Amino acid sequence: MIQIVVRFLLGGIVVSAFAIIADLLKPKSFAGLFGAAPSVALATLGLTVATEGASYAATEARSMMAGAIAFFVYGSAVSWLMMRYEIQALWATIFALPLWLGVAFATWSLWLR
Amino acid sequence: MQIKFDSSALGKTKWHEYAIRFILGGSITAVAGFIAKKFGPGIGGLFLAFPAIFPAGATLIEKHEKQRKAEQGLQGTKRARYAASVDAAGSSMGSIGLLVFAVLSWRFIPRHNALSVLAGSTLVWLGVSVLVWLVRKRT
Repeated sequence: MIQIVVRFLLGGIVVSAFAIIADLLKPKSFAGLFGAAPSVALATLGLTVATEGASYAATEARSMMAGAIAFFVYGSAVSWLMMRYEIQALWATIFALPLWLGVAFATWSLWLR
Repeated sequence: MQIKFDSSALGKTKWHEYAIRFILGGSITAVAGFIAKKFGPGIGGLFLAFPAIFPAGATLIEKHEKQRKAEQGLQGTKRARYAASVDAAGSSMGSIGLLVFAVLSWRFIPRHNALSVLAGSTLVWLGVSVLVWLVRKRT
């Protein structure tokens, strides 16, 4: 339970920090880089090394490659959906989440499993 | 277009918008840990690259851009959507850096100090992302 609380607090702090940096930057395409900052990974991997060991953390990092590829597809799809179909940001980002899941799991199953 | 710091943007974000991002970020980090415990690090690791606050971030950009245009007496729906779309394209470029971050962490965490590896990988993430952005901008 304590570990979950620590993860929550650490994750909240790191994600918020990158979000604030993104708020401060212009132009928007450059600020957008920080939307793909390794915030969850930073909050997770250090703690995982301490609790589960380096090998466990390395396995997580290896799978993260599939998640990052899925993020690329997801971000591109969201950008395209908003421009092409004029969908609101909230709906475009939520509707495309299954795409992230699908690409991440497919890449992991085919390549990293 | 030059890269600039605009501190006035901080004033536009309300406290509850910061709170939403904090809660979303904290939740996905906790959930990623829970998934790794339940299904193993192979599945759990996928969620280290989950677009945790992306929906909230893109929505905020759209909302703030709309408000900015409304203050000028303009409608701004299209402009706001364009701004959020450009931000999403930027995140796609950042995800290439995220991939490099994952590769470096995977290869070096077992053999070196984890905190040094994470710090170094973060710098490389930033470098690669900025490089991709510069290349994209020039083409």
